[in-house]
Amino acid sequence: MKVIYLDNNATTRTLPEVLQKMGPYFTDFYGNASSIHTFGGSNKHVIEKARAQVAALLNSDAEEIIFTSGGTEGDSTAIFSAVNSYPQKKHIITSAVEHPAVLEVCRFLASHGYRLDIIGVDEFGRFNMEQYKKALDEDTAIVTTMWANSETGTIFPIKEIAELAHAKGALFHTDAVQAAGKIPTDVKDINADFVSISSHKIHGPKGMGALYIKQGTRFMPFMRGGHQENLRRAGTENVPNIVGFGYAAEIALQHLPEYQTHVKPLRDLLEKELLKEIPDVKINGDVKNRLPNTLNMSFGYIEGESILMFLDEEGVCASSGSACTTGSLEPSHVLRAMGVPFQFAHGSIRFSLSRFTTLEEIQTVIKILPDIIARLRAISPFKKGL
Amino acid sequence: MWDYTDKVLDHFKNPRNVGIIENADGTGQVGSLICGDALKLTIKVNKETEVIEDIKFQTFGCASAIASSSVLTEMAKGKTLTEASKITNQDIANALGSLPEAKMHCSVMGMEALEAAIKSYRQGGKPVVFEQAQESKLICQCFNVTEETILKAIHANNLKTVEDVTHFTKAGGACGKCKGAIQEILNKVLACEIPQKKQEEKKPFSALTIVEKIKAIENVLNTEIKPQLNRDGGSIELVDLNGNIVTVRLLGGCAACIASQMTLKNFVGKTLQEKLDKNLEVKQA
Repeated sequence: MKVIYLDNNATTRTLPEVLQKMGPYFTDFYGNASSIHTFGGSNKHVIEKARAQVAALLNSDAEEIIFTSGGTEGDSTAIFSAVNSYPQKKHIITSAVEHPAVLEVCRFLASHGYRLDIIGVDEFGRFNMEQYKKALDEDTAIVTTMWANSETGTIFPIKEIAELAHAKGALFHTDAVQAAGKIPTDVKDINADFVSISSHKIHGPKGMGALYIKQGTRFMPFMRGGHQENLRRAGTENVPNIVGFGYAAEIALQHLPEYQTHVKPLRDLLEKELLKEIPDVKINGDVKNRLPNTLNMSFGYIEGESILMFLDEEGVCASSGSACTTGSLEPSHVLRAMGVPFQFAHGSIRFSLSRFTTLEEIQTVIKILPDIIARLRAISPFKKGL
Repeated sequence: MWDYTDKVLDHFKNPRNVGIIENADGTGQVGSLICGDALKLTIKVNKETEVIEDIKFQTFGCASAIASSSVLTEMAKGKTLTEASKITNQDIANALGSLPEAKMHCSVMGMEALEAAIKSYRQGGKPVVFEQAQESKLICQCFNVTEETILKAIHANNLKTVEDVTHFTKAGGACGKCKGAIQEILNKVLACEIPQKKQEEKKPFSALTIVEKIKAIENVLNTEIKPQLNRDGGSIELVDLNGNIVTVRLLGGCAACIASQMTLKNFVGKTLQEKLDKNLEVKQA
């Protein structure tokens, strides 16, 4: 069966040409980049090339980039570095819709004596700027809010958030894992101190990421015990992954305009047709300011896992904010923070497209989904008005 | 991804006995939209033989919830009410081959809906919403799960961990605040304390040391009294113990309540007398 992969916010396919570039660094040029001999040591240049490629995607200087094991490590590194570099400051700020890689780190710090303000969002998932302004003070060590939301695609006004943080002397970190490669990510423009990104969301290998650290920012390493990455991240460099990530970043930057010219029209078509074909549907997220590839919809009176399983039968891969899909019993914290009613939260489906998504694939979903919804609604004890 | 058996997938994709029986003899409901799963069962019963002649379901939920409901209707059809009432959640899971641990509550929901439908028939057909035993202490506020339901699940399925209990009853699955309380219940069961409890309470209250007395009173306040007061937005704390005079302070909603004297005498006082010693007197600080 042909797979229709509409779960690109979860992960993406590693491009064959990326894999091809990586291959030799496993089997042929496997030397340690820190070695004195030319065989290993010359891999240093390979790493620096990749660093420049990643820097270009973020419009930063290459020296401002360190390689990490992924978005999660970047998030932890930035937050812990900020609080450890400013030990007198005991306050941190984040938002209610962050990825757990940020939210759980903040909660951990809160359980270790830090004051934590979690800024809410409105029904469209938009950042509550007024609440944020009130929460900020001179004691704030770091503000960490995502660039774009993984579930709804809603984009935060991070330039403004960063500016307000800096005005109070706080550092600003943004988790740009979902934004990178989908919308322009100019870290100089937004003036962030830390930005974390991940390789496998931009068609690179998994287990790889990068953290941007603005020149001059106080920094403390998260991983210690080696001189790699200019003493900022210990551990033997993962040369094949770094090569793959660098190349993926270069390709992502080249093809960035396609997210507006190709991906967005397909996403909009999917949204428009599903809204037309299926009653009692709600769009989750800020439709005016959202990632071009993400569509989060709630189907009333039915549950998300059931929808996904019928889609899976047809080879369609998507995801859901329903509790049942994760075994967590609670629906998505993002949708709940937005105040999405429980019944709609349980019935939410996220489609996330890539630049490889085709019109034919979208038409298939438009064709099969209304029947799936009708079938499940026929079994449901809930109906409109109940 | 869940490892569903072929049987689960079959019942999910081709559910049996879907719908509502018009003029049903019994209607049972369980769950709600908030919980993420809900089941409505309607049954047609032969008045003479008490055989379930027809049964139909409607389910809001995941694949395993739909499959559990579907297989349950097959199991119950043709059985007498007495036979059907003996169907356990384990029977439902077995009939499906198996269910993932985290989905066992789906089978529990089936059992509860059938129980409610049978009760509805016995009460003349008025729809019955499955309710947890009222007298039992509420453990999980998020999913409204009582101690009795948890105990039942622990005994019936031989559960050993808090995670198990969450999988079977949902208790502790949301905010997680009650996980400590669930662990305590498990500890008691695992130590076989619950069946032996009565024999252990040999030492009369008056024979306890002052520290033991205070602990015993605190225990009753925490387990029997506070949860009730919490529901009305109030709370209580122990201030002093002098002989048989227990001095307490009502807090929150209770402090300002005009019925606080009644609460003290009739509820707090009586509960302490029943649980500990009939000579105890309660005073407000």
